[in-house]
Parts: sequence; structure tokens; C-alpha cells
Amino acid sequence: MKEPTPSFFKAVFAIAHKDLAAEFRSRELLSAMLVFSMLVILIFNFALELDVKVRQSVTAGVLWTTFAFAGTLGLNRSMAVEKDRGCMDGLLLAPVDRSAIFFGKAISNLAFMLVVEAIVIPLYAMLYNETRIFQWEFLGVLLLGSIGYISVGTLLSAMSVQTRTRDVLLPILLFPVAVPVLLASVKASGGIVAGLPFEEILAPLNLLIVYDVIFLATSFMIFDYVVEE
Amino acid sequence: MIEVKKLIKRFGLKTILKGLDFTVQPGEFVALLGPNGAGKTTFLRILASLSRPSLGSVKVAGYSLPNESAKVRARLGVVSHMPLLYPDLTAEENLQFYARMYGLQNQASRITEVLGMVGLEARRKDLVRTFSRGMQQRLAIGRAIIHDPEVVLFDEPYTGLDQDASEMLDEVLRSVAAKGRTVVMTSHDLARAEDLATRFDVLTRGVIVSSGSREDFKNSNLLDFYKKALEA
Amino acid sequence: MQSKPMALTILDVLSIIGIGVATYFALVYAPTEAVMGNVQRVFYFHVGTAWVGLVGFVVAAVSGIVYLVTKDMRWDRFEVAAVEVSTMFFFITIVLGSIWARPAWNTWWTWDPRLTTAAVTELIYIAYFMLRAGIEEPEKRARFGAVYALLGGLSAPITFMVIRLFRTIHPVVVGTASAEAQGGFDMSGDMLTSMFVSLGAFTILFVSLMWHRIRLGGLEEKVEELKLKVSM
Repeated sequence: MKEPTPSFFKAVFAIAHKDLAAEFRSRELLSAMLVFSMLVILIFNFALELDVKVRQSVTAGVLWTTFAFAGTLGLNRSMAVEKDRGCMDGLLLAPVDRSAIFFGKAISNLAFMLVVEAIVIPLYAMLYNETRIFQWEFLGVLLLGSIGYISVGTLLSAMSVQTRTRDVLLPILLFPVAVPVLLASVKASGGIVAGLPFEEILAPLNLLIVYDVIFLATSFMIFDYVVEE
Repeated sequence: MIEVKKLIKRFGLKTILKGLDFTVQPGEFVALLGPNGAGKTTFLRILASLSRPSLGSVKVAGYSLPNESAKVRARLGVVSHMPLLYPDLTAEENLQFYARMYGLQNQASRITEVLGMVGLEARRKDLVRTFSRGMQQRLAIGRAIIHDPEVVLFDEPYTGLDQDASEMLDEVLRSVAAKGRTVVMTSHDLARAEDLATRFDVLTRGVIVSSGSREDFKNSNLLDFYKKALEA
Repeated sequence: MQSKPMALTILDVLSIIGIGVATYFALVYAPTEAVMGNVQRVFYFHVGTAWVGLVGFVVAAVSGIVYLVTKDMRWDRFEVAAVEVSTMFFFITIVLGSIWARPAWNTWWTWDPRLTTAAVTELIYIAYFMLRAGIEEPEKRARFGAVYALLGGLSAPITFMVIRLFRTIHPVVVGTASAEAQGGFDMSGDMLTSMFVSLGAFTILFVSLMWHRIRLGGLEEKVEELKLKVSM
């Protein structure tokens, strides 16, 4: 009998790969997230009267709110796919560490969120002639914020799909815990759009990094407790 | 191959399994029978390392659970009433994914081999969502044996299958999944279980109350044996 | 049926006396604050409830970790007790703060770091109860509760630090010159004494309530156990 040699990174890659391959084919999740994002921006447009003056101060807030909402859609769906057809059991039956499942799912969730951001941001820039969001610093904050949001979101979605109230529960669990990452991202990216010197956005940036490190590490360590029985 | 001693499983205050003893020799095909809620599925999930025993010792393929669960999982295949397949991937991609999760060598040739065994070679590039229930279940068997496990567990594999599909599945179960492996199967379908298994254990009220092989029945049949076990 | 322990009765009496004494200190003993007048007296209970509220959340996060490590249900009861009692105290803190804020800042509510963090923390623990309500199985409920209590405990301090970047008008309790300009005040010796009396009284009350809640949790479990026995 051949002895299987599963490796942690191969398993992480396999999970992320199959999520992306399935999504590339069905595009269910991404199209839902994108349409939803556009609707949110549309509503903000009229609710906030996004004229030139207002825009300067709320661009970061509008974008992050949009991404946070769209993100919960994606997180919920991505974990429900595993749960509904028993695929989670299939993942758990593989002879790899359970945290590989966490990283695999987190990577594909992050990829979905980044794709949505990569489409929404140029659209927003075009609609409102807001070119200041195309800065390396802005995109860096976007990445850091998304990592933090997705890492805690992936953990919580694995919990919420196992409850009776799963569809409504994820945002309720996720938003209060993700307040720091959302607010720090808004503060940092808002500062960049407003053209503040780099020193002024250093404080929220540091907190963003602290949050990412703490929550990535914690999620990695306690994911096992969320999926065991 | 499987050795369970004094297994107790509690969910909160409810005790599902109450000091269950269970042994399976290599190569045996054991059908686990019993009424609904007797704890068959719970027991199978414990054997599959998906659920932790509350008390007692469980050994599968020479390794104890839950401490050596990774080693057990590498030697274990599971087919449940859910297919554990991704509908938006093709048959081939599904197997490819599981082959990667198990870290197999020569994945391409093994996948072709397995698809041939379960009779789905012609559909390898088709999405699983287009498959009938019976085909999905056959592919699920292919998924479960991709890493050539020593022990295979079937949890109600016939759920939702019609007569034809069940017969086809029978064939695959016998020739592919069970061949040269140790098997434990739960089923409601006494007739099918009687055909396939070499030993029959009745699980009720959290323990195995009776165990017999086909030779033990002599003139009577499995149904009589099952009824008698439940009455006792 | 276990009877109420003697120590708990003593604690109950002590907390009643303690709260009485603290009330006296806050309303009579402490001098009237020069600028804000009598409304400032709400401060003593505000600080007292905030203190036990915070302690409770730290206790909850820690007992969450201990539960995950030991899997002992007693820690789950401990954690629930801490969250429940603290959620209530924290709510009182927010209400008292509002009463104080109305004359001091001329508004019931302001999005200051402490207030916002308090509101977010309160929401985290309401979500905690919603999470628990959605799970039937006690062991899983305990596990998920512990994970969420831990996440909440980790995120609250970061929330505070982040919101501080936005703005603050909340007085830094023992005043500096700039704090005074925002509605802070210098504490006289009598004020300090009153504050510590209040802190002590609420700590005793907190311990006593926690104990009651833990006992209640134990009794609840016993009831479930008996119900199960009757139904069998």
C-alpha cells in the first residue's frame, strides 16, 4: 500500500484552487457580490448626495461599507457550499491539519473580496472622477483591511453555518468584532484620499497591522475548535 | 482492523452510545443495523474521526482515535448519504481535489483508474451538477477510495436512490469499494445488507445487542434475526 | 437538591450593605462638585458598574480559553454568568453615563472612544447570546460561545485604540488641565474615598451575582437531566 504524503501547503493550495475553479465556472458568488456592491454605491450616491465636497470626506467610508457588506455575502456563501453537501466532512476527513482548511478557505475568500475591490474601485473612480484612490498606499490599506476582515470572517462563517439562524447570524457576529479593522481602514484610506502626509496615517495603519496579526494568529489557532465535534 | 472498547458518546446530557464494544477483523464486511436514533450514524462518525469519543478506546487500522487521527484518516474512506462532491467541478476535478488533499503520487493515472472502476470514464469532463443521484453516489465511492484505504465506512449509501441506481451501486460497492478492504456499513435496507455483508450487528439503545454471520441464520433469515435482536 | 451555601448568603447581605453604604457615600458624604453640581454624583456608580462590567468581560474571555483547553462544562457556566452579569452592568454604565453627559456635554450621547467602545462591546455580547440561542447542542454551544467570547475580548481594546484616533471628549478621570476643559474635574480626597467605596461595593455585588448565576446554570442542567430521566 502506498503511503500518502499530504503536505500542509499542498492542501491549502488544493482548497483555494478548487474554490477558485468552481467560482470561475459558475461566477455565482462574484456576480452576487458585484451587483450588490453597485447597488450599495447607488444608494449611497443618493442618500449622501455625493457631490464633490462631500465625496472627499466620505469616499473611504462608502467604499469600506460596500466591501464589508459584499464581503459577508461571499463569506456566507463560500462556507454554505461546504456545509450543505457535506463537503466540510470531506475536508475534515483528509489527513491534514485542520488549520489548512482555514487557510485554504481564507485565501479563496480573500481572492473573491480582492476581485470585487479590483472592479468596484476603478468603477467608483470613473463615476466620481476620483483618481486619488489609485495610490499604492490606498491599495496597501485595502489589502491589509481585507486580510483582517476575511480572517475573522472565515472563522465566524464556519461557526455561523453550523447554527439554526445561519443566514442572519454572520453579519451580527462579524461586524462588532470587525469594527476595529473597518474603522482603521476608513481612517487610513480616508487620510490618503485627503492627501495627508504619511505620518498622519501611520497610527491607523499600525493598528490595522496589529489587528491582522492578532486575528490571523488567533483564527489559525482556534479554527480546530470550530469544526470538531 | 477496528477495535472499539467501552465506547461512550454523550451529546450534552444525552448519552447516545453506552459502553459499546465492537471488533472487526481484516476483510470483514459488517452491516450495522438498528432503528432510527440508535446511534448508528454517531458511531460511524466516531470511527471516521469526525466526532470525538467521550470515553472509551477506539482503534482503527492499528491507530487510536482521536490522538492519531491523521494516520487513521489516511487509511480510511467514507461514503455517506451526502455525496461530499462539489457540483460546480467536473468529476475529474473533484477527484483531483481529493487526490491533492491526500497527497497522492501519480494523481492523473490514479484518477483515470478510479473513474474506470466506477464506470464514469465517459463523463469525466462533465460537471457533477449534471449527474444523476446514482452517478453522484458512484463518484462518491470513487472519491472515498481514491487513496486506496484499508477501511471503508458506508453510512446509508442507498438513501434517495431508485431500484436501478441501487442495483448499480451494489455492483460498485461489491467490486470496487469492498474488495480487499474492511467495511462497516449502516443501512435500513435489510435485503441489500443481507446480500453484501458477511456479518450483521444490531445496534440499539446505545450498544450492540446481537451479532451474527450468515451461517448462523441457517433456516431463518436476516429479518427474523433482526426482529429477535430488537425484542431481546 | 443542594441548598444555598452559607458563604453566598453572607455575600448577599454584604452586597446589600455595600450598595447602601456606597449610596450614602455618593449622595451624602462626597462633596458637591463645584462646576457640574449634584449630577456629578452619578459618577461614583458609573465608575463602579463600568469597572465590574470590564472585569466580567475579561473573566469571560479567560474562562472561554480555559473551557477550550479543559472542556469542562463548569467553565462554560462561569463564562455565561460573567457575560450575562457584565452585559447588565455595562448597560447600566451606559445609561448612567448618558444621564451625566446630558448636563455636562449638553447631549445624551456622543461618539467618543469610551462610549463607542462601550456600545460596540455591548453589541458583541448581545451577538454572543444570539449565537448561543442558535445552537441546540450544549457542548457545541459552549465551544462556540468560548471562541466568540475570546474574539470579543481581543477586539474590544483594539476598538478603543482605533476610535481614539477619531476623537475624544470623555474626561480622563483624574483630571489634567486639558481634561478639565472637556468636563473633567479634580477629585478631592472625599471624592476618591467615595469612588473606592463604590468600586468595592460593586465588586462584592458582582461576585455575588456571578455566584448566583453559576448556581442557576448548575440547577438548569440538573432540571434538564431530570427531564431526560422522566422521558426515558
